[in-house]
Amino acid sequence: MQFGIFSVGDVTPDPTTGRTPTEHERIKAMVAIALKAEEVGLDVFATGEHHNPPFVPSSPTTMLGYVAARTEKLVLSTSTTLITTNDPVKIAEDFAMLQHLADGRVDLMMGRGNTGPVYPWFGKDIRQGINLAVENYALLRRLWREDAVTWEGKFRTPLQGFTSTPRPLDGVPPFVWHGSIRSPEIAEQAAYYGDGFFHNNIFWPAEHTKRMVELYRSRYAHYGHGTPEQAIVGLGGQVFMRKNSQDAVREFRPYFDVAPVYGHGPSLEEFTEQTPLTVGSPEQVIEKTLAFREYAGDYQRQLFLLDHAGLPLKTVLEQLDLLGQEVVPVLRKEFAVGRPADVPEAPTHQSLLDAAPKGVTAE
Amino acid sequence: MKLVVVSAGLSVPSSTRLLADRLAAAVGRGTPVDRQVAETRVAETQVAEAQNVETQVVELRDLAVEIAHNFTNGFPGRSLAAAIDVVAGADGLIVVTPVFSASYSGLFKSFFDVLSVSDADALAGKPVLIGATGGTARHSLVLDHALRPLFAYLRAVVVPTGVYAASEDWGAEGLDGRIERAAGELAGLMTGLSMAKQAPQAPQATQAPQVKQVKQVEQVEQVAKGGLGSVGDPGDFAVVPFEERLAALRA
Repeated sequence: MQFGIFSVGDVTPDPTTGRTPTEHERIKAMVAIALKAEEVGLDVFATGEHHNPPFVPSSPTTMLGYVAARTEKLVLSTSTTLITTNDPVKIAEDFAMLQHLADGRVDLMMGRGNTGPVYPWFGKDIRQGINLAVENYALLRRLWREDAVTWEGKFRTPLQGFTSTPRPLDGVPPFVWHGSIRSPEIAEQAAYYGDGFFHNNIFWPAEHTKRMVELYRSRYAHYGHGTPEQAIVGLGGQVFMRKNSQDAVREFRPYFDVAPVYGHGPSLEEFTEQTPLTVGSPEQVIEKTLAFREYAGDYQRQLFLLDHAGLPLKTVLEQLDLLGQEVVPVLRKEFAVGRPADVPEAPTHQSLLDAAPKGVTAE
Repeated sequence: MKLVVVSAGLSVPSSTRLLADRLAAAVGRGTPVDRQVAETRVAETQVAEAQNVETQVVELRDLAVEIAHNFTNGFPGRSLAAAIDVVAGADGLIVVTPVFSASYSGLFKSFFDVLSVSDADALAGKPVLIGATGGTARHSLVLDHALRPLFAYLRAVVVPTGVYAASEDWGAEGLDGRIERAAGELAGLMTGLSMAKQAPQAPQATQAPQVKQVKQVEQVEQVAKGGLGSVGDPGDFAVVPFEERLAALRA
């Protein structure tokens, strides 16, 4: 099982000091967080993609390429890559290039994006959101798998014998996850292709997550990719930890109370009761995360959101120490207990290469 | 049959709740009125079931904070989720609001906002009796200018008679008659629609509409067999098979 972190990349004032980091500071902080993730033994770093303030990561492969050059093992991913507003040709090229530079340590998570105004900025129509996601992704798959693509669709100019360069590393396209919060259509799309399904459950009660994951698993089996238990599932989660849980609550409450996503709503206590947010000791984080398996089944990837609510970089790095030293080693051990042998690990470049038919590098 | 009362009264006791209770009691009495009509169509056992009206009351005052949180969070808290389920599962609804600023109260509207976000079809085809209370009879058109369009938008079947009670109506003649008439209309619709649901459809079973449904919308339930344990409430998700989405783009 893989453990990692994902970052939204928001520039949020620190409510305890009133100070807002600059874009430059936030971008450098995201990189520092990614490097720290490898240092403390995590497996994955994923960055969001946004094209409006107060978010900074508009160019994920640029950032991930930089992180790739300064890490050895970390898998670089996205959360999410906008399959609606990005040109699938450019996604194919950018991520194949990143694959080569990172020696295969790349996968990505597709998302539609839920910010309406972004669509026209990229010449797209939000009313076509689902259709854009469907057509663009179908084309992206062909661009990675066929050396010369002749294609015609509704949303971009036709292609005549087009070759996307560079070709994927070793002829193996990056593994794709489909990220979803509330759309059953995305679970269906992921299942159809046998891709991974990442349910970003951070703001949702367990019951909703359970139903979405069950839908994906049943449809995965329906399309003949394996048993429901063999489907590739990822989950989110967000935490704030201190050794003593009371210290965690005391320190995080002023951040929670006014944070852009949590604040001015239910109390910290109500929110932690109903969603994956855990504010407490490493033991509490372990307990809550292990419980995800009870409703999602044995799964493949757990990503934590740590740099939220305007927490300063120093605090986030301390969180990473706790996560890497005290939480993840226990989770690795405990999640392995009782895990059936036929439940696969998250696909990696090496595992996909090993599984590819010898002498055949494209479909 | 399940009758659910949604009351947006704020004070305790509240005249809004009082009107809601009077309407609910009248609906309970109203079902036997339909017995003659019903008996001509279906067996007596079903009539007996139809008269068995079970009433539940949703007090929005108790849910006010969770309703507000639903707007900031995107998901309902436990009590609100339970209330939404109760309303969505009703055979008929009585909804009563106090008048605020020439319309239903914000709390009343907010409840139906979060309900429709949670399930856009929650009220589709559902019989609804609309009621309102106010300090003066000058607001009585709130029923037809505010509540009726709201429930028309939500595709509910609004009974012809709405009941407005001003302070002065509680001691005056006429309110009882309006309550009885409205309740009779709701009871009639609930019984009729409930009978229609129960009526045997064998002759139509293999005809086009049902076949079409199976073909176009595969219920998750059908494919979830062999999944992990029990599937919570699979009927909530109806998925268009992905091939159809791809095919629609190529068309």
